[in-house]
Order: sequence, then structure tokens, then C-alpha cells
Amino acid sequence: MKLTLKIWRQAGPKAKGQMVDYPVDGISEDMSFLEMLDVLNDKLILEGQEPIAFDHDCREGICGACSLFIDGRPHGPGRHITTCQLHMRRFKDGDVIHVEPWRAKAFPVIKDLVVDRSAFDRIQQAGGFVSVNTNGNLVDANAIPVPKADADKAFDAATCIGCGACVAACPNSSAMLFVSAKVSQFALLPQGRAEAKERALNMVDQMDAEKFGNCSNIGACEIECPKDISLENIARLNREYLGAAVSKEEGPPVPFHKPKQA
Amino acid sequence: MSTLDSKVPDGPLDKQWAHHKEHLRLVNPANKRRIDIIVVGTGLAGASAAASLAEMGYNVKSFCYQDSARRAHSIAAQGGINAAKNYPNDGDSIYRLFYDTLKGGDYRSRESNTWRLAEVSANIIDQCVSQGVPFARDYGGLLDNRSFGGALVSRTFYARGQTGQQLLLGAYSALMRQVGKGKVKMYDRHEMLDLVLVDGKARGIIARNLVTGQIERHGAHAVLLCTGGYGNVFFLSTNAMGSNVTAAWKAHKRGAYMANPCYTQIHPTCIPVSGDHQSKLTLMSESLRNDGRIWVPKKKEDAVAIQQGKKKGSDIAEDDRDYYLERRYPSFGNLVPRDVASRAAKERCDAGFGVNKTGEAVYLDFGSAFERYGKMEANVHHIENPSKEKILELGKQVVSAKYGNLFDMYENIVGENPYEHPMKIYPAVHYTMGGLWVDYNLQSTIPGMYVLGEANFSDHGANRLGASALMQGLADGYFVIPYTIADQLAGEIRTGPIKTDTSEFDEAEKHVRDRIEQLLNTKGTEPVDHFHKRLGKAMWEYCGMTRTAAGLQKGIEEIRKIREDFWKNVRVPGKADEFNQELEKAGRVADFLELGELMCKDALHRNESCGGHFREEYQTEEGEALRDDNNFAYVGAWEWKGDPGTAELHKEALTFTVLQLSQRSYK
Ligand SMILES: Cc1cc2nc3c(=O)[nH]c(=O)nc-3n(C[C@H](O)[C@H](O)[C@H](O)COP(=O)(O)OP(=O)(O)OC[C@H]3O[C@@H](n4cnc5c(N)ncnc54)[C@H](O)[C@@H]3O)c2cc1C
Ligand code: SF4
Ligand code: FES
Repeated sequence: MKLTLKIWRQAGPKAKGQMVDYPVDGISEDMSFLEMLDVLNDKLILEGQEPIAFDHDCREGICGACSLFIDGRPHGPGRHITTCQLHMRRFKDGDVIHVEPWRAKAFPVIKDLVVDRSAFDRIQQAGGFVSVNTNGNLVDANAIPVPKADADKAFDAATCIGCGACVAACPNSSAMLFVSAKVSQFALLPQGRAEAKERALNMVDQMDAEKFGNCSNIGACEIECPKDISLENIARLNREYLGAAVSKEEGPPVPFHKPKQA
Repeated sequence: MSTLDSKVPDGPLDKQWAHHKEHLRLVNPANKRRIDIIVVGTGLAGASAAASLAEMGYNVKSFCYQDSARRAHSIAAQGGINAAKNYPNDGDSIYRLFYDTLKGGDYRSRESNTWRLAEVSANIIDQCVSQGVPFARDYGGLLDNRSFGGALVSRTFYARGQTGQQLLLGAYSALMRQVGKGKVKMYDRHEMLDLVLVDGKARGIIARNLVTGQIERHGAHAVLLCTGGYGNVFFLSTNAMGSNVTAAWKAHKRGAYMANPCYTQIHPTCIPVSGDHQSKLTLMSESLRNDGRIWVPKKKEDAVAIQQGKKKGSDIAEDDRDYYLERRYPSFGNLVPRDVASRAAKERCDAGFGVNKTGEAVYLDFGSAFERYGKMEANVHHIENPSKEKILELGKQVVSAKYGNLFDMYENIVGENPYEHPMKIYPAVHYTMGGLWVDYNLQSTIPGMYVLGEANFSDHGANRLGASALMQGLADGYFVIPYTIADQLAGEIRTGPIKTDTSEFDEAEKHVRDRIEQLLNTKGTEPVDHFHKRLGKAMWEYCGMTRTAAGLQKGIEEIRKIREDFWKNVRVPGKADEFNQELEKAGRVADFLELGELMCKDALHRNESCGGHFREEYQTEEGEALRDDNNFAYVGAWEWKGDPGTAELHKEALTFTVLQLSQRSYK
């Protein structure tokens, strides 16, 4: 296959970026999209040019590192796959393909197609955990049965890979799908239930502090999420959050520390 | 040759750990605040260790090369995690898990460590559940178990096909909680490039900030390496692209012994190589072998026709199929251990029976499973005299419910529907049993440096059983290191903060800078991948699934040539003080080029076959691995002497008090 790639190049966080054209040839349809970029990069290196920087690691759709905005869609064409799972057989000879980084205020560009997603870690630090220490004398794992339906739903929410495609897909750059997935996972399990409300409050506060936008129920996040995280989770988050906000007015302050601003 | 002190406690196996814990020194809570610990790696081993140590009150600095701790390669583990809980009441026990692990490792692991691993395994499940890890459950709401990798009991806990992800996110959440509390300082997008020793003790590391390129010094009272396996020395493996040996190798060059580096696990069920562009290989979970049957054609002409694209698997009549695992190992059949299954596939393909265009693939066929499950479903739904098509349809639904995500993954990569055509699989490098030598306390031969998880030479001997690496990583991090490290740190409460403006740090930093300069200034003619691919080919050819003395010697020569060529002709673009992914890769490949030689050297010296190490000269008449317990029942630990070729061997004798050594048999 012969293709034309139009790729976002940006030397550093403060540099001005631009789209640059790269013709590529000899692309086989068995290649993954990232392998196609490998081929291009080796060519650039031999020509004395700078290779294109992009994040990737597992190359099997689970680590959440890869993050390309391809032809206007996070992770490119195809549903429920990540960029690294995208194969060239989805394209045809002569195609022009646009490749950009995630675009969001909370995800500043580091270089070319690489962005800084550490805001997600800070949201997690604000409450994305069950407050339990390592302990060799815990109750037996089977002491508390969990209805299968709840366990399955918790699992579905927990499959989020933290890639940020939901943010990139959203016109408001909202991180609600990501945050709601974590809040839901724990809220659905008895082990996480006790802190569910504070967790929702603290994670949402941190999300706002990181300058993610508001959720206006557009639903693009769900469509572009490689892990099929459902909008139901956002509804659950809203319930937890409203419940928490109400009880916060009534009761004592929430006993959580908060990480500092980004 | 010196001997190594494993510090294994006295007494009967089942009492050793409890007794040992009770006699280790402790650090009082107020003093823990005065102690700094560096944890390199945020996989299961590193994240669990960092979180646990921070909870105890130590100051922890945590490092990973990814942009977030959550992306460590543990995330990719699919199948499950073992624990001797005996929930299904099928007779499992600590002893049985111990026995299976030791036997599965072909009697090349340290008995006491293996026992301890089995002993703490049950705690891991309790810990993870309390953290909110959503394991699979049955309709009664209790945890579900499955049998995995040929175990005779169901002791594997799982979270659909994403167990590693769920366990890692559990450990990551514990880690993030401590970061939020300020007890852990997180350094992501940082790569450790050297270990710093002061007066013979590990006192810090040199790390490169991968965003800015800045070289940083970090001091601590102890350093933990939890940096994962080095399977990427083969270029193609199921590891992540960034998985590397660099941290471990730098420590090796500073005095940590490298143990059993040649023990490599080649996983039988991976998607075959499709072409030269291939950058990594994808594992198809071992659980598929529970229902899939592995075969190649009986007749050479059928195989050739398939290779040429003139025939398909479905064209081959039942009688013309060779279910070679069932034929050779009637009692374990398709569920023989990984090393045995992998070699059997290679044997058939080498003999010309492979089933894709490269001749390096075998079928994993669910035809029988479709039929079996289809009939069961028809019964359940009271469908009388179901048609063949109906049975097939029902059966496919059952298989899809069990393995749907794996089937989708396969189709996505290969572009062929595995419900219609049998899957094609081939063995691929997956896990490295070898690693830095550690004693019972997980301390390396460098005082103050500990090694956890896949990076150490581990509890798995010459072959690891499925679902046991996750168990080991979390055992090391949650339940072993928090106790054993205190013994050394108890002596550090008056040391005070480790200064980094010393000559030792100067020297290490200079060393790192010089190497980076050298890589950038070579300005050769080939990109890094070119050398990595050549190294991978040589390793696969000479130090892969089967090995010979002559081949290994050739391998060593070849690797030396590639290494020389690399330092003359590599081209690394860009600068040192910027985000530079090629520079990262170059440093890693440079280390692999040294490690590869040591692996061959280790494989060459071990004149026996055991587990993942198969020397063609040492096999039984039926082609099974032939151990030599009289001469090789030891851990081979190599000391760096300036060059991989001159490494010096040290031995730790392995003694077995509970089990009789026996030939593994899966017939
Ligand atoms: C595809 C796949 C499937 C698997 N399935 C199973 C399974 O079902 N059951 C099972 O028990 N095991 C399985 N395994 C094996 C198991 O996943 C690993 O052995 C285990 O997760 C390793 O954990 P770890 O913590 O030792 O290392 P890793 O998870 O690999 O983590 C290594 C860490 O070290 C960091 N690091 C490395 N080098 C440096 C450096 N120089 N500087 C800074 N940081 C560094 C990385 O950033 C990372 O955080 C599987 C493995 C693979 C590849
Ligand atoms: S919710 Fe989906 S799109 Fe958003 S981070 Fe998680 S996996 Fe990615
Ligand atoms: S590289 Fe890991 S999800 Fe794509």
C-alpha cells in the first residue's frame, strides 16, 4: 500500500506545532498502525530527520499508553480497539491519513503525538482507592459474598485502561467517563461502598481542578472508548456525587486529604 | 568457586517463614520516617512493595519508565493468579501448590522460597479482594476458580481475561493512595540508568528524566529493583515494547550476580509471526488449551498444500490430523506444561508439518469443543434431534461466552475468523525465570539492594507454571519484603539522609553521561531496531527452544559481532537533553547485547536439559528433557568481570528435603 500521512509535529511543550506530510510506501495490510509508524521512523532516521514521538508500550490494547487521534477519531476507525490494535487492512491504497495527539487543556503536548496525562493519576490519588493497608490478617476473601451481577458490573467499569480517549472525543474535554468508571467499580462492591460518597466528591473536585470540562451528556466518550465503558457509570457517579454533596452540607467535613493542584 | 549463602532458615519447611519473621529485627515506627527507600518499577512487585512500605511509614520514591505507574507490563497478564485457598474443596493445600511449583520448575528452584510462596498465596487473594479487585464470582456471590495450565486442582482466581490488569490496578490504587498522602514520591517517565554503591552498599540510583533528558541523582538507604523480565532480548516476545534488562544489568555490573539467565519460558500459544515488520507477539491465553485441541496434518503433502495456500485446515479429514500432544502425552494431552507443549510444536514444524506460509504454526482447533458444548446446550434447552448446524451454533455461543475477547483479539490481528477456521498458533518468548540472584530475604549479592518479581531469579526454577508469576510478584511486594527489609534497615536508623554530592554519585553519573554521549556520537548508518532484530534472530536460533553446544558457541560469536557492529554503526538521532525515544531504545539494546552473550554462556555450561532449557544432547529416547541432578542441581549465579565472556560462575547447591527428585512425566 501507498499512503500519505499528515502528522502533527511539535518539538516541545512550548513549541508551535504543525501538520507535516509523509508519503509511505510498501505498507502491508498485516501491519499494525504503530508498526507502520515504526517503518516510517526508521526511514526518517536514515534520512537524518527526527523520528515521530508517540506513546506506546504493550501493543496489545491493555496498557492504555497509545493515544493517537486518527482521521478525527481517538484510536482511529473501528470500535472497541486501541490505536495499537488498529491494523492497516482497515485502510486502502492511496488513502490520506491524519494523525494528531489527544487535544485537551488538561493533556498538554510533550512532543509530537505524546501528551501528559498525569492529571488522571492525580484524580486517582484524590480518592480512587479503598482505604485498606496491606494486612496478612484480613477477613477471608469469601467472607462477604458479592452478587454476581454487581461483581460483573464492577468488573466492566474496572476495565478502563486510562487512555484518555474519552477526553479527546469530548467537545468539552470532560473526564467524566474515566472518573465515573473508577467511582462505579468501587461503589458497586461492598469493600468500596463505605467511602463511595467521599470518593465521588474528591475525585470530581480534582477533575475540576485539573481543568477538564463539564459533561453535557453528548455521549461521544462512550462511542470512542476502546473498552466500551458505559454511560451508565456517569449516571451512577452523578447519584453518588449528589448524595455526597447533600450529606456534606448536613454532616462533618469529609475526612480526606487532597492532592495539590497540578 | 565460592558458594552463596541463601540464608534459608533452619527447621522444617512449614515452620521456616513464621520462625524467620519472628526473629528478624524491626524498625520502630518513629524511626521508619528517617529511612528512604527507592523502588524501581511499578508492576505487581514494585507497586505492592512501594505501597506497603509507605503504609508502614518509610519514605518511598517510586520509579517507572511509562507515563503512569498503572501501565507496567503486569497489566497485560491474562489468565489468572494461583492461591492455595482450596475453595472448590478439591484437595488443594499449601503442600500441593508447593509440590506443583517445584516439580513444574523441574527441581531447579529453592525449596524454602517455593514453600513460602505457596504459604502466603492465600493472603494475596484476601488482600486484593479487600482493595476492590473485581475477581470473577459464581452465582452464589463467591469467588470462582478455574484449573489452569494443566493443574489437577482449580486454584486459579481470575478476572475474565484481564487478571493482571485488575491486580495491577489494585496495587496501583494502593500506591496512588500513598502518593496522595505524600508518603510516596512518584517519578514516572524516569529510567534508572545506574546503581550507586557507597562502601559496598546500595545507596541510590542515577535516573534519566525521559521528558527533559535530565540526569538525576537519588539517594536512599535501600534500593528495590522490581523491573520485570528481559524477554525482549529476543526482540520478538510477548513483553511490552519498553520491557528491558537495563536496571538489572547495571546492578549486575555493579556486583549483583545474575542467576540462571538461560532459563527462558517460551509460551506455546501465541499468534505466529506474520512478517518482518512485526514488532511484538501477542499471547493467546493458555486457558484456550482447556478446550482447544492442537494438531498438524499427518501427511506431509497436506502440510505443504496448506503452506502454499492450496488447502485449508478444514479440508483435512479427521483421520488425517495428528493431534500430536494427545498422541505423545495421553494423560495430560493438550494440557502438558508450557515447555513441553512448545517443544512439541517446534518438533512438528521443523519436520515440515507447519500450517502457515512460513511453516511455523500449528492449529488450535475448537471444532470438538463447539460440538461438545453444542450438544450440552441442546440438552439443557430440550432441543430434540438438533441438526449439526444447530449444535455448532449453540457450541459457538458457549465458546464465545468463555473466550470471546480472545477470539476477537485473534481476528483483529490475523484478519481471519477463528470461529470458521482453526486458530494458528506458535510458541513465543514470554517469561524469564532467570534474573538477579537473591537470598531468602530477597536481598541480592549487593547489600541493601533487593530484587522482587520477575526481575529476580525467582521461585520458579527452570520453568514457571501458569498463574504463578502474578502470585510471586504480589507475594514479594505485599508479604515478604515488608518483613525482610526491616532486618537490614534496623541498622540504618542513625545513618541520616544519604547525600548525593559524593564521589560515588559523581562517578556513576559520569558513567551514565559518557555512555549516552557515545550512543549519540556514533552517528552510524543503521537504526537501533536493525541491531535488535539481528540479536533477536541469533538468540532465537541459538538460545531458543532447543540448544546445542555448537549452536551456543556460534551464538556467542554472532552476538559479539553484532555488539561490535552496534557500537560502530548505530545511528541515534536527536540530543541527550530532550524527549528522545530512540536514545532510550539504544541504551536498552546495548544492554541486551551483553546479556544475550551471558545467556548463551549459561546455557552452554549447563550440560543437561531442565524445564525451559533444552539441550538437544541431553534427552531421553522419547525426546524428553534429561536432567543431571548429580552435577547440575544448583543455581548458577554469574559475577561480572568486565565482559560477559569472562563472567565467573558461583553455585548455590539446591537441596530437597521433602520431595524426591524425579523425572517429570506427563505421559
Ligand atoms: C502477555 C502476558 C501474559 C501473562 N499472563 C500471566 C498470567 O496469566 N498469570 C501469571 O501469573 N503471570 C502472567 N504473566 C507473567 C507476569 O505478568 C509477569 O511476570 C509479572 O507481571 C511481572 O511483574 P513485575 O512486577 O515483576 O514486572 P512488570 O510488571 O514488568 O513491571 C516492571 C516495572 O519496572 C519498570 N522498569 C523497568 N525497567 C526500568 C528502568 N530501567 N527504570 C525505571 N523503571 C523501570 C517498568 O516501568 C515497570 O513499572 C504474563 C506475562 C505476559 C507478558
Ligand atoms: S473510559 Fe474508556 S476512553 Fe476513557 S480512559 Fe477509560 S478506557 Fe480510555
Ligand atoms: S500500546 Fe498498550 S494499549 Fe496500545
